[in-house]
Amino acid sequence: MRLELVPRASVSPVMRAVAPVLAFLTAFLIGGLVIWLLGRSPLAAFQVYVTGPLQDPWALQELVVKATPLALIAIGLSYCFRANLWNIGAEGQYVIGAIFGSWLALATHGTEAGPWVLPAMMVLGLLGGALYGLVPAFLKTRFGVNEILTSLMLVYVAQLILDYLARGPWRDPKGFNFPQSVTFDPAATLPPVMEASRVHFGAVFALVAILVTAVVVACTLFGYRLRLTGDAPRAARFAGFSQKRTTLAVFAISGGLAGLAGISEVSGQIGQIQPSISPGYGFTAITVAFLGRLNPIGILAASLVVALLFIGGESAQILLRLPLDLTNAFQGILLLCVLGADALVSYRVRLVGRGAHA
Amino acid sequence: MTFFEAVLLTVITASTPLLIAALGELVTERSGVLNLGVEGMMAMGAACSFAAAVTFDSTLAGVLCGMLAGALMAALFALAVLGFAANQVGSGLALTIFGLGLSGLVGAPFVGSRRDPVAPLHIPGLSDLPVVGRILFSQDAFVYLSFALTVAIALFLVRSRAGLTLRSVGENHASAHALGLPVLKTRLAAILFGGACAGLAGAYLALVYTRFWSPGMTAGRGWIALALVVFAAWRPGWVLVGAYIFGAATVLQLHAQALQLGIPSQALSAVPYVATILALLLLSIRHGRAVGAPGSLGLPFVPDR
Amino acid sequence: MKDSSVKASPEPLVALRGITKRYGELLANDRIDLAIAPGEIHALLGENGAGKSTLVKILYGVVEPSAGEILWQGRPVAIASPVAARALGLGMVFQHFSLFDELTVAENIAVALSGDRSLRDVRAKLGEVSRAYGLALEPDRAVWTLSAGERQRIEIVRCLLQNPKLLILDEPTSVLTPQESDHLFATLEKLAAEGCAILFISHKLEEVRRLCRSATILRGGRVVATLDPRKRSAREIAALMVGAEVGEVKGGGAQASSAEVLRVRGLTLAPAAVHGKTLNGIELAVHAGEVVGIAGVAGNGQSELFASLSGERLAGRADAVAINGKSCGLAGIDARRRLGGAFVPEERLGHAAAPTHSLSENTLISHHAGGTVGRAGFIALDRARRLARDIIESFDVRVPEADPAARKLSGGNLQKFVIGREIIRQPKLLVVDQPTWGVDAGAARLIRQALVDLSRAGSAVLVISQDLDELFEIADRIAVIHDGHLSPTRPTGKWTREAIGLEMLGVARGQGAHAA
Repeated sequence: MRLELVPRASVSPVMRAVAPVLAFLTAFLIGGLVIWLLGRSPLAAFQVYVTGPLQDPWALQELVVKATPLALIAIGLSYCFRANLWNIGAEGQYVIGAIFGSWLALATHGTEAGPWVLPAMMVLGLLGGALYGLVPAFLKTRFGVNEILTSLMLVYVAQLILDYLARGPWRDPKGFNFPQSVTFDPAATLPPVMEASRVHFGAVFALVAILVTAVVVACTLFGYRLRLTGDAPRAARFAGFSQKRTTLAVFAISGGLAGLAGISEVSGQIGQIQPSISPGYGFTAITVAFLGRLNPIGILAASLVVALLFIGGESAQILLRLPLDLTNAFQGILLLCVLGADALVSYRVRLVGRGAHA
Repeated sequence: MTFFEAVLLTVITASTPLLIAALGELVTERSGVLNLGVEGMMAMGAACSFAAAVTFDSTLAGVLCGMLAGALMAALFALAVLGFAANQVGSGLALTIFGLGLSGLVGAPFVGSRRDPVAPLHIPGLSDLPVVGRILFSQDAFVYLSFALTVAIALFLVRSRAGLTLRSVGENHASAHALGLPVLKTRLAAILFGGACAGLAGAYLALVYTRFWSPGMTAGRGWIALALVVFAAWRPGWVLVGAYIFGAATVLQLHAQALQLGIPSQALSAVPYVATILALLLLSIRHGRAVGAPGSLGLPFVPDR
Repeated sequence: MKDSSVKASPEPLVALRGITKRYGELLANDRIDLAIAPGEIHALLGENGAGKSTLVKILYGVVEPSAGEILWQGRPVAIASPVAARALGLGMVFQHFSLFDELTVAENIAVALSGDRSLRDVRAKLGEVSRAYGLALEPDRAVWTLSAGERQRIEIVRCLLQNPKLLILDEPTSVLTPQESDHLFATLEKLAAEGCAILFISHKLEEVRRLCRSATILRGGRVVATLDPRKRSAREIAALMVGAEVGEVKGGGAQASSAEVLRVRGLTLAPAAVHGKTLNGIELAVHAGEVVGIAGVAGNGQSELFASLSGERLAGRADAVAINGKSCGLAGIDARRRLGGAFVPEERLGHAAAPTHSLSENTLISHHAGGTVGRAGFIALDRARRLARDIIESFDVRVPEADPAARKLSGGNLQKFVIGREIIRQPKLLVVDQPTWGVDAGAARLIRQALVDLSRAGSAVLVISQDLDELFEIADRIAVIHDGHLSPTRPTGKWTREAIGLEMLGVARGQGAHAA
């Protein structure tokens, strides 16, 4: 038995909308099966993962908090993926952005510096992420080194740099030898959007990034340039769009937004430098970008959905003693289903029985 | 055993999993498929082999389970990229994310268990030679297997009819299809072989290298294996050379950490990753873009019938 | 219509009955009947898009028919794959060679042979067959080092090693020089004399009339006639193929002015692709009001020449290329467009146009530099849509819907769109690579007429083409490219086919490396 893909005469708009939903259902079925195999009730798990957090006001805020870095990074990655360039090192760019911004927070610690500190930290975060993102882009455009491998290797390097700083030079001397920095001053802390809310200003950055990207994609030449580069690279060169400049630009944009997410998270959420500042946002954002079909609004929705799974995963760990790894595994399956479902848009899938052909 | 001999032995132990995983990926890529899921398949291989080895108290059962787990993961990947013509880069990443998560589930009950060392295979006569005897001919079966695999794959690709078919399919799938070569079947076999190798490499990590299991223990070795294939310009012999260079780099940085040279341990831990980037860079500067890359690498294929 | 002069052979080797192939709504083959006897050289004639390729793919087991049956030596057979086809005794020489560039000649042949023949055995047989049919091949050369003619020899030898009963050749002469074509015909006649049936697919009438005694003509997926091509005029057959008479291109006296619009001086360029050609000291001038043609077999540096003229690749010296008197060897394609240049590359899908993008979006590719479809980085999609509509109307582009994706157009219609997109900009210079490659006769005539009209309106037109008939029809002057060298340009009237053929083989330049 085998699958046969029959090309559709035209792209099916129905399938374009239905495919991600189908992917989701398939992933949920597989996830439920795994939970059942682990000896737990899939229905109870569904309740803990999905419906539970949606009924709890605290969890809803937490949802936005978790969705913020995901959306920021994913919207940046969508620039790369549109142009068919593979930045899979957003996690590293996130970390370096956080380090750049935190440097200023720590340097001005206790100095009563003015309100310029916070904006400057954000700019530094953006810059740090962009510079770190430009490394694989430069290696690719100048020397032709595969960007997938270099951007990924740089994640490990970034994490080791952070680890070194948190345990070494930036460790709080009065912190009982805990590997963490001093807590940031209020002047270096990203404020909540509302009084007594857990949602910090990073969420606003994410919304702005989404709106700007929606405009860029829909009505600018740059947006068309990315799409053309991704869909028909030779035609893009024929249109006069330099592949090298496109590569550098999208890596700078995605790196910058990942860096901004990093410093926002440290400054608005964690409040200090630690050896680990991300539960893998940079990798999860890849799932988010594809789940949202690289569309800005789709990414907004996808970031909320995936954030829900994150929170659900945490409560499932407590309530059902289901390990957190289950959430990660589920993400992988979800991404696989989303990519597979893309085929349904341009092909009809037939199951062909044995013996139909030799 | 001298210090020098001990270092050489650890180099071999560190290189073997890289070599096995990279050889599997090489075969997959020569068929025209880029599977970025090596890290995930390796993690699953490590977790499943360790779980099986502890449960059945048998290294052999562990190895077989590890290979099976790798192949099953690869089958999932094949379903996506061959069955549904899904994007290979994205699917490979998904496989890695999935494998790292699932290995955590499988391995969790076995955290804290330890396995005894695997007995080395002594080869009468050769093992008693001075210096080289201890290093080259007193290794565990995996090491001999990895060398045999290198030679076998090199011969398979150049000499055998199936190897010729594999290379043709990877070089130009449209031509191969027009001639009636079984493009998808060949690729399926190559993907499964790559998965089994990654699983075997994972099993080696868990059963020989560390002899315990911990989450994320693959630590990027799957990615380094992928880089090795590029570094080796898709030739098995160079994969062997590359794997040993990287294995040596890993071991040397571990010894350097033990010596406490005043260099931050994190800087030394970063050596394998930085070395990978530098190796890819040097290769690109010397040869230009992607020397020896199969012509259809990474491109989806949908036969028209 | 059935030609009485074609005698139905008592026992055909192969007979197709009612073969039908449906792709979605498209009927590529509609109830096709065809019979070939042993030793017969049968022509399958038809325009691009008439269904010839689909039919032979069905015969060779690459594509599965939706309906109909195939009789082989009188027995119905199901040809499930090319392997099955070869086992029956079918051999196929593909138009787009089914070769593997990085493998050696011997490996390329061995891979298609079923059974357990060793590489050594294959090499021995290869030598035998090569000598018997005068098809010289070096077994250990990598395919990418070979010329198109040599590559075709590999395909033919690959078939002959299996002692085929039926040999199918799909447009075999499209990549050959006239001399190489003669050589091929001699080989085919020898094979036929030995009893091998040959199905010869072509759209070139003259060679069919020379080689074949029977022909089946396809139009729109159907058989419109079976006849003896030697007993009919080329005009008559052409009318059957096209369904209506295709007029000739109206030239009108060339009035080449002295104004030099394109000037190429000592253009030398290393290859960009792994196995590309090096351009060597190209000298060329194109004046306002004339059409200059560049002939040559594919793969002799045409794409490199096009890329260095368009600015997709830079020559490394500013004065290597000048448009309208301005040196632009270091300027990119957009700058050259602003100087009045317009360019149409060989590949329609993926190079000239993005397959999945709508036609209006595809106008952006060459129009954004001029600022006519947007401002300050923003796109004016309404203007792009209007522009696309204008092109569609002016150049008779048949579209299935208002603003379809480029890949939904047939080859001819997309080529009309792509050429129209450039001509509508009223360029001073138009450089076209293979303007009518794979295009139906009606569209080809319209395109050629548009090129001539553009030149007569005072622009300079440079046409790079493998199709000698096309160049003789529309070019005022012709040069020949071979192995990265360009011959001097001579007025079309001063060239003969033989002279061009010798230049195409590189014999004229005194290096007979690829001479057969």
